[in-house]
Amino acid sequence: MDEADVRRAVTRIAHEILERNKGGNGLALVGIAARGDDLARRLAVEIERIEGTSVPVGVLDITFYRDDIGMRAEAPEVHQTDVPFDVTGRTVVLVDDVLFTGRTIRAALDALVDFGRPRAIQLGVLIDRGHRELPIRADFVGKNVPTRKDDDVRVALREVDGDDGVVIEPAPTLRVAKTGTGDDRA
Amino acid sequence: MNKHLLSIDDVTAEDIVRILDTAESFREVGTRVIKKVPALRGRTVVNLFYENSTRTRISFELAAKRLSADVINFSTSGSSVSKGESLKDTALTLQAMGADAIVIRHSSSGSPLTLTKWVRGSVLNAGDGTHEHPTQALLDIYTMRERLGRLEGLRVAIVGDVLHSRVARSLSFALVKVGAEVTLVGPPTLIPPDAPGWGAQVSYDIESVLPKLDVCYMLRVQRERQRQQYFPSVREYARLFGLTSGRVAMLPPEALIMHPGPMNRGVEIESDVADLPNSVIEEQVTNGIAIRMALLYLLLGGARDARPGGVSDLGGDEEEAGT
Repeated sequence: MDEADVRRAVTRIAHEILERNKGGNGLALVGIAARGDDLARRLAVEIERIEGTSVPVGVLDITFYRDDIGMRAEAPEVHQTDVPFDVTGRTVVLVDDVLFTGRTIRAALDALVDFGRPRAIQLGVLIDRGHRELPIRADFVGKNVPTRKDDDVRVALREVDGDDGVVIEPAPTLRVAKTGTGDDRA
Repeated sequence: MNKHLLSIDDVTAEDIVRILDTAESFREVGTRVIKKVPALRGRTVVNLFYENSTRTRISFELAAKRLSADVINFSTSGSSVSKGESLKDTALTLQAMGADAIVIRHSSSGSPLTLTKWVRGSVLNAGDGTHEHPTQALLDIYTMRERLGRLEGLRVAIVGDVLHSRVARSLSFALVKVGAEVTLVGPPTLIPPDAPGWGAQVSYDIESVLPKLDVCYMLRVQRERQRQQYFPSVREYARLFGLTSGRVAMLPPEALIMHPGPMNRGVEIESDVADLPNSVIEEQVTNGIAIRMALLYLLLGGARDARPGGVSDLGGDEEEAGT
């Protein structure tokens, strides 16, 4: 995906969110750090442009809710959480860049309900690459991308990476060392 | 990060920044309706306090509980220590019960280090004799960075009973590490002879130091540790080294007033001064919980076996929680 593809996908998801929820009233967007928060902000801009309603945006760091704390050599790096509105009674759209095993979303659901009781939680992602390990599915998908489980899907956004785009790097046939290929959340 | 936190020697300047940044996230947790995250579920933290403490013990207890760890509070009264049990046997007992971290306060300098020889978990020093109190230093530095926006080049005076103060030692070492300028102030009898080796300045005249400060850090006069007469009278000490409102007027208007508590109002700090807007003594306490959460998380959030002598390369092999 290049910059134009990402832009079109964001615009379409914004339309779908509004269609599904019959407008932007009572909506909130919560992005999962890092990159999900930038996508959530873009969606909010699109929704405001389309409907004229301003939708609050929050950032969620799911580190403390991960299911692999104590399994990695080092404690995972922590990001800021900022949910500056009451989620109780709202329809919250969780936003992330890539949906893969579903474990991040499981953690995000736990994190979100610690802030209150949303009326409903929906999920929007830019890329769904399959290989779910939990019974989780997205409500809004930018693009479904078939991958191998050990492929590396990299989403770049201009807010953090300077440029928009999605690249799939096939898994090298021979893995040299078990050096973490990078913490996707870090 | 080292496995233990016994002194400021165990952390690098980069570690300090990482601890402060992590604490920032934990402070946000403290503002939620549900002030608790599941990060350390199933871990056990033991508070082993051989000396009295209000804020440090409660702060560690709250920190561990907000991380969902199980907490056991152990104080000398009401335990087998009052029956004569030694530190070693107490440690072995706790070890046998599976403590992942032991937070220890003891009147003997070096007891946390000794403890590391008997237990497999992490040891956190919550104050040992006149040696160090690293978590206090880290929460103080966090408070300074939060209020003043920087650490490098900050001018900090640590005033009072430096000789008996583990807080002064840890804070001074940590501040020098992050590039602040430290001046130790007190009567010559209460300035340790090795102080010039700390990388800090020494002054015996508080009023000459005040006008240039960003932070004026007052220490408690620790009469329980003073085995001889270090100054003629408390009144004279208060007159020469106490932070009075007259002296506060000599500070730059933005300068912070700090104190690790418990305060002797009227001795090292005038009662009204402790309640001024520039005094951040209560903020220090609030920030203490976030700093201790960050430390417990960073020390216990890694693999249980990723410790010297254990399997330590689980890192890259793990399934991402994510995507």
